[in-house]
Amino acid sequence: MPSKNKVTVTAEPGTQELFIVREFDAPRELVYKAHIDPKLYVQWLGPHGYEMVLETFEPTNGGKYRYVHKDKDGNEYGFHGSFHAMSIENMIQTFEFEGYPGHVSLDCMTLEELPGNRTKATIHSIFQSVSDRDGMIQNGMEKGVSEGYERLDDILKEMK
Amino acid sequence: MRRDVFQAIADPNRRAILSLLARQRMTLNGVADNFRISRPAVSKHIRILKECGLVVVIPQGRERYVEAKFDKLNEVTDWVEQYRQLWETRFNRLDDLLEMMKQEKKNALEK
Repeated sequence: MPSKNKVTVTAEPGTQELFIVREFDAPRELVYKAHIDPKLYVQWLGPHGYEMVLETFEPTNGGKYRYVHKDKDGNEYGFHGSFHAMSIENMIQTFEFEGYPGHVSLDCMTLEELPGNRTKATIHSIFQSVSDRDGMIQNGMEKGVSEGYERLDDILKEMK
Repeated sequence: MRRDVFQAIADPNRRAILSLLARQRMTLNGVADNFRISRPAVSKHIRILKECGLVVVIPQGRERYVEAKFDKLNEVTDWVEQYRQLWETRFNRLDDLLEMMKQEKKNALEK
């Protein structure tokens, strides 16, 4: 069982950006592969309880992507964007939630090699406005809360 | 109109008003004296801050004092924490996947 690596999210009040930092107990080439291989990507990106359908996925400079999260009630949430720089050190892409069209963020991800075959991932997201960023955090919050309860359910089931 | 802590801190003038009030409570006029924007504009920002729950206006004699309520700002931290948990779930799944990938690679090398 690998040691638990913590995610840190930094979002200074009143700014248009946020940072997500996380380390992995795996070499960089594998972390990169999990981001550019569509079969692997769908296995971890979708929120818990949603089916993730990757409709388009062209992870090269100028390529595009579109995926849909489907929940049990048949609700669908589409996301799309374009890829720019795509290398093992640096991945840049745009991101747009189709439920909030015209609000596009820029996600820059770097993968850094650490000693002991470990990797540090840093995502720097830049939004068009402070309220766009805060709206995104708020949206994530609602999902995060429901996922928290679902995890609690799983733990309770195991205790029975 | 959205009235929450995020709306409150979205504007640079409102952030400046809050940092001014962080040191001490001030009269409405005292706040306005620190800004080049018009008095009605300052009053409007204070009204929004009040509606967002970040300041209170206390009448005292002929003056009206503005006081910051900073505990309300903690809401921001909590929301970030929830967002962090979303990414944690996601990355924990990626950890499992990476473990499988490492194992597969090891098996392939041993063959």
